[in-house]
Amino acid sequence: MVSRRWRVTVDPRRCIGSGICAGAAPGHFVLVDAVSIPLDELIAPEDSVLDAAESCPMEAIAVRDAADGRVIAPEP
Amino acid sequence: MTETRQDSTTRAYPFSAPDRLDLDPRYAQLRQHEPLTRVRLPFGEPAWLATRYADVRTVLGDPRFSRAASVGRDEPRITPLQMASGILSMDPPEHTRLRRLVARAFTARRVEDLRPRAREIADELLDRMVAGGPPADLVEAFATPLPVTVICELLGVPVADQGRFHVWSEAIVSTTSLSPDRIREYIDNLYAYIGELIARRRRVPTDDLLGALVRARDSDDGRLTETEMVQLAAGLLAAGHETTVTQIPNFVYVLLTHPAELARLRADPALVPSAVEELMRYVPLGVASSFARYALEDVELGGVLVRAGEPVIASLSAANRDPEVFDDPDRLDLTRAANPHVGFGHGVHHCIGAQLARMELQVAVAALLHRLPGLRLAVPEPELEWKSGMLVRGLRKMPVAW
Repeated sequence: MVSRRWRVTVDPRRCIGSGICAGAAPGHFVLVDAVSIPLDELIAPEDSVLDAAESCPMEAIAVRDAADGRVIAPEP
Repeated sequence: MTETRQDSTTRAYPFSAPDRLDLDPRYAQLRQHEPLTRVRLPFGEPAWLATRYADVRTVLGDPRFSRAASVGRDEPRITPLQMASGILSMDPPEHTRLRRLVARAFTARRVEDLRPRAREIADELLDRMVAGGPPADLVEAFATPLPVTVICELLGVPVADQGRFHVWSEAIVSTTSLSPDRIREYIDNLYAYIGELIARRRRVPTDDLLGALVRARDSDDGRLTETEMVQLAAGLLAAGHETTVTQIPNFVYVLLTHPAELARLRADPALVPSAVEELMRYVPLGVASSFARYALEDVELGGVLVRAGEPVIASLSAANRDPEVFDDPDRLDLTRAANPHVGFGHGVHHCIGAQLARMELQVAVAALLHRLPGLRLAVPEPELEWKSGMLVRGLRKMPVAW
């Protein structure tokens, strides 16, 4: 599991700009015109990003294992 | 240019006693001329009040502003007691650790699964109301039991116990309607009641949200303390009581007093979702803003330098009427296309029940329009009784005919 990477995406059609992710993981999400975008799509594993994905009321954030595409968050 | 604090006068806040659903004109004046102003609330230390949409979003969304820093301070507030703990006094990551435990029950997808049941409840309530014949009190017959039944079923709280906890949950939103001793007593009763339900789940596990919290608590990974669990459940129960319950009559009041907009909505029920968003923007539910955010460092905001350690209150109602964001902001327009209102707040404390409230409000408005095409007030408008001494504006009773 050395140098494991995550791929973070935000579905702009689902995002309602609640600002929860940008507050929970400020280094990872930013709101542009009331829609969240990930600052970096490929990141090192980081708990606050999982928190953001699990807290999104629209399930607009997906965190995947960059190697195999397995969904890490949100839980189904 | 940055103003120094000596230049600005400190105003008493809220500016006036609530009058129906009218927003005090001073919000608009301040938003234009003094977007950050000094205010003194009935309790606690003075604060800055932000009225512009952009500044409000910054205060609520920017991690340089903290709720956790309110702990240990004499927080500016309109409630006599200060809630020194709980999820509303936390920042990430502690806040997110707690919120995650319940957030999944309130996603748009999960809420959509509850819509058929909400419709069924609404229909049953209206059947009963129609059978009883006009007039009826919309608050008691419809607006209260609909959201209360939904949140009870979601949490796993027996709807039959409503008579007990309905009174206690008022303590959470009381400002002067109850004495501080009574508020403390009611909150203790509510916590004890939730404690009983939790104890029952330890004997017989359940699939409801309370059951899920008990499992999270007892899974022993230290994510949730007993007190946090009780406070969280009590908060959800109380919030499920006092917000949507109040907004349904508020929405009906606004529609009945805007007959042209109501006619548009009747002609095209597909407008219900956008109507609900516009009504959320238009109705200033809160009597005043509260839950000040404390600056963790010096921040330039609205032409003022907010110093580290100073509290800022963000006015959602003023932000929702900002002409920089909303065309003709004081006009109710149920077809408003872009509507990024902050009626549910913004940032990490964005209302956890927002999707549930949206669904319930859509179901309530649609059912009332469909079933009661002749819906009208059964008393002259000036005779309506409005709540006082509460955090929210709303009708005590709403006599209607159809």
